[in-house]
Amino acid sequence: MAISKFNYNSFNVTPVASKALAFNSDADGFTTASGSSMILIKTLTASSSANLSFVNGSSDVVLDDTYPVYKFLCINCHPSQQGGDGDEFSVGFRDGSTAYDASKTSTFFSSVHGEDGSGGAVAYRDSHDQANATGFQTLAVDMDADNDTQVSGELTLFNPSSTTFVKHFIWRGNHVHSSAGIQDTYVAGYCNVTAAIDAVQFKMSAGDIDAGVIKLYGIADS
Amino acid sequence: MALSKADVNNINVTAVASKAIQWNSAADGFEVGTLGGNMVLLTTATASSSANLTFDSSIDSTYNSYLFKFINIHPSASASFTVNFRDGSTAYDATKTTAYFRAYHQENAGGGVLAFDSFELNQSTAFQDLSGDSVITDNDSGISGALQLFGPSSTTFVKHFMANINSIKAGSSPEMKSSYTAGYCNVTAAIDGVQFKFDSGNIDSGIIKMYGIL
Repeated sequence: MAISKFNYNSFNVTPVASKALAFNSDADGFTTASGSSMILIKTLTASSSANLSFVNGSSDVVLDDTYPVYKFLCINCHPSQQGGDGDEFSVGFRDGSTAYDASKTSTFFSSVHGEDGSGGAVAYRDSHDQANATGFQTLAVDMDADNDTQVSGELTLFNPSSTTFVKHFIWRGNHVHSSAGIQDTYVAGYCNVTAAIDAVQFKMSAGDIDAGVIKLYGIADS
Repeated sequence: MALSKADVNNINVTAVASKAIQWNSAADGFEVGTLGGNMVLLTTATASSSANLTFDSSIDSTYNSYLFKFINIHPSASASFTVNFRDGSTAYDATKTTAYFRAYHQENAGGGVLAFDSFELNQSTAFQDLSGDSVITDNDSGISGALQLFGPSSTTFVKHFMANINSIKAGSSPEMKSSYTAGYCNVTAAIDGVQFKFDSGNIDSGIIKMYGIL
């Protein structure tokens, strides 16, 4: 005898595309339901890594028109070296070639305060903004490399698949700076290109990302 | 002939309101589950003349990041809204270094200022002021905003947090204040509890929700 299986229209509820089947609020019937709109796409874990790169279509990464907004959550990213050129955490965007060199215009300001009570200021830092430049955008400066210090924060990228508009991004993160204190950093800018952004790379300005995790989320229907 | 469709009692699992149907871990039966997603509501704390709202469970290595949302937090007295962290004992006294700045603008058009302000901490175990001074107690005023905590279970790294709070400061003209606080618990012990309170009086009403970010 053939096995009888339930089909999509076998349940006593009207099917809705891309929705789940759930019990209703009285638990006496079915309803359709949605999950969270914040979808984890990819987790990359650093281990003395030269960079952490999210490339659309590679290693299960989605960075296209599937989602209108993408969010990167950086957790405890620790640099391998301090001083010289090795103490800046940065990001670059890919706009059609293999290079992470999309032209960017950005702003950068931060609030700082030392463990010894020194400092205590919020100010624009004009040495870290960009004016239609292709270099990596600094997200954290003067990072301390003690074993217990790192940077954490989140980067939001808007509508990277657009081939009409520039691509905006916003970062807020905080880290322990090299003179022992907190630095709370705000970066905002746009990739001044009409080509789609299809990959994002994080790295230190020199040396490696010694440890840490970066997670990529898609924000659905936002 | 009428179309016969499977109804709620035709599925071999006990129905639970608002839960989804999923396969069990052995993939040999059904169970009820929470709909998928990576921002998971863990706890909702509702104030009712509460001395504090404390989250002392579910903060562990399950999630890399925890997000607290403040919704209409109303004080019983004009006071500052504060936070502290538990790092191994029963006390909420983790050592912290923080930075604080704010923008404010008054209802009479005064202010319009962005500046660092003196609510920062340096290697202090005290509660961190998130609202930057006392807020008013008018019936229609409150505090809303969010605080994000990164990697609280780490026993290697310091624990970063950052907050953005909207509040209304008490004064001759009510003052919209947008406060930005960031800092780190300068401890290697895990943070396993977070407590919010006003520095005097109670949390008259309001909700704080804690989410885990997978």
